[in-house]
Amino acid sequence: MTAALRFDPIRLPPECEQLRKEVRAFLAEEIAAGTFNPHKPNREDADAPGFSRKVGARGWLGMTWPKKYGGHERSFLERYVVTEEMRVANAPTRRFFVADRQSGPVLLKYANERIKMDILPRICRGEVCFGIGMSEPNSGSDLFAAKTKATKTDGGYLINGTKIWTSSAHIADYLIAIFRTSPSTKENRRHGLTQFLVDMKTPGIKVNPINQITGQSEFNEVVFTDAFMPDDHVLGEIDGAWKQATSELAYERSGPERFLETYYVLTELVRAVGDKPDTRSAEGIGRLVAQLHTMRRMSVSVAGMLQAGKEPVVEASIVKDIGTVWEQQLPHRVRDLAAFVEENATNRETLENQLSFAIKTAPKLTIQGGTTEVLRGIIARGLGLR
Amino acid sequence: MKTGNAVAESENIVVETAEKIFADLADTQTINRDKEGKWKAPLWQALTEAGLPLSWVPEEFGGSGASMAEGFGVLGAAGRFAIAVPLAETMLAGWLLAQARISSPEGEMTVAPASPRDRITLNADGTLSGRARGVPFAKAAKHIAVLANDPKGLSIALVDAAKCRIEAGLNLGGDNSDTVTFDKVTPITTKPAPKGFDHNALLLMGGVARSLQIAGALESLLDISVRYSNERVAFEKKISKFQAVQHNLARLAGESAAALAAATSAADALSNATQFSDEVFLEAAAAKIRGSEAAEKGAAIAHQVHGAIGFTSEHILHRYSLRALAWRDDFGSESFWAVELGKLVASRGADELWPLVASR
Repeated sequence: MTAALRFDPIRLPPECEQLRKEVRAFLAEEIAAGTFNPHKPNREDADAPGFSRKVGARGWLGMTWPKKYGGHERSFLERYVVTEEMRVANAPTRRFFVADRQSGPVLLKYANERIKMDILPRICRGEVCFGIGMSEPNSGSDLFAAKTKATKTDGGYLINGTKIWTSSAHIADYLIAIFRTSPSTKENRRHGLTQFLVDMKTPGIKVNPINQITGQSEFNEVVFTDAFMPDDHVLGEIDGAWKQATSELAYERSGPERFLETYYVLTELVRAVGDKPDTRSAEGIGRLVAQLHTMRRMSVSVAGMLQAGKEPVVEASIVKDIGTVWEQQLPHRVRDLAAFVEENATNRETLENQLSFAIKTAPKLTIQGGTTEVLRGIIARGLGLR
Repeated sequence: MKTGNAVAESENIVVETAEKIFADLADTQTINRDKEGKWKAPLWQALTEAGLPLSWVPEEFGGSGASMAEGFGVLGAAGRFAIAVPLAETMLAGWLLAQARISSPEGEMTVAPASPRDRITLNADGTLSGRARGVPFAKAAKHIAVLANDPKGLSIALVDAAKCRIEAGLNLGGDNSDTVTFDKVTPITTKPAPKGFDHNALLLMGGVARSLQIAGALESLLDISVRYSNERVAFEKKISKFQAVQHNLARLAGESAAALAAATSAADALSNATQFSDEVFLEAAAAKIRGSEAAEKGAAIAHQVHGAIGFTSEHILHRYSLRALAWRDDFGSESFWAVELGKLVASRGADELWPLVASR
């Protein structure tokens, strides 16, 4: 038989509901105070620098980490609630999101005690921003073709080469990046890459912003010229980064951010349609809500598996595959339905502006963090086809 | 196949019993070759002996008193085997009758109405009038559980199927889907429906039952297609080694997973519901909508992977693909529920959409 795919119906425990109320109240206060505008997904997150620290002060960063490192030893399901409420409110999470979701857990697992004690509490306080240095000009999805070189020197490594499409590098304090410490071998082409903690203040690192089709410049080229990384910034096994990558993917790929990126256009459509929709609008909205609900239940189910200590890599890839395809199509389906909205709907302009931004955003959703093609390859392997 | 189902580990024994019976007496290859339907009677007898058709009927009303979750688990298994006897229908009928504290008789049953447009009327003289279309397995049923409108509200009635006029029809899967005409039919028993019970309650319960069957059929479509792709050789290699085929099967896995997740979530919601709230409505309607969409996409991929052989009546593929497609039509199609769900969302307003979606 085929791999057993499980999506058990997880019910969020009662403590999640209390937490959800707190997060909603906090976000409402911040919106009222003008910290951010929930109807403007295209704002620059740098506009809200104090927001990260406030979220940290609430105890909503490093929620699942040990208290020793500033964490709060709460569940993945509680973290899930915070993440989805922030996302739906279009809160400015860029500054802390990667550190909280991905970089912190990597440090917890592979960094030495001194680094953990230094950096993790600052992530929890919302003081530091992380980026991920994977892609290079000639290696994107083909991660193991990376060439940026780490050459052994006294007390550490000298880095030379270029990373690209590095989100937030222009505001990041640190990157977690992979560099080539040895050539790949005939037997294992994934061999030879090592994961490093990169302090962005290191001399020899230059960040060049790249303009995107949305008008934003969230991602960058990062050029390393003899940038020195001390030995204790090596994370995990030398030449063995490939062994460390897979288990982290389940965290990265199944969260609410993988289907809620363009959610705001659906809310705005419902507002524009009003309380007495015609049959076409009602059917369109009903289908979209059914699809959204299903994806959320799948995503919550994966969070429940993570909480139970499992590594649902295939399930997480399925969530990201159908979630990102959905959030990519959503603005187009909303556009279909918006064609019939009354000319005088009060939020017509907001809806049109949001649609324009969401449609421009859409192409990246099935590329970033693992393309659709890569995900389907992982699913196919899980099915026993590779 | 032991893929996900709606019940916890401790409740698996009922589902395992059902799976064992299906494996022993409802082998798809055997059924597909048997043109006379000789497999039906032994299968039904075994199911009856295990108490499965009356899973949702408390012991005091003649049933086996299994939990709601166990019953849904049985239906998931029935979908995985593309079971074509009125098991789901008898379970639903027994459940409906029990709502009005009516005991279930022995034998096959079905429910009416099974379509949102149909209404049966309870007349002042106690007889029933009206027509119900697309009633699954009415021809095979000895009794029909009816939800009828009367001037005071709703009643639930147990009717002898022989007293109704039944015009046989077939659904896409070749199973009976019949038109039942109640022409001043006197029921065996009639009792008022409980407070708060309405047509939506019956349709949503039936819809979730079908969602689990669809999800089960999709699990099997995935299983059969993966297996076939690992056997079939073309262009000098197994077709499973072609990336285009791999990606199609990955999409089928996604559709199967979505149908399963939506259906088990809805089953869990119904099993623990104290009332038909908006949240339960969302769960049940979404399961039928998303499961039906998955059936369309999933069946297409499974056939694509199989090529011409899957289009033959000799091959078992159609037993799953056509039933998954047929089940979309029962108890309200996906487009019907999408309209209802869209209306609900619109009436609650834009800012109440997320709280509804994030309710559990």
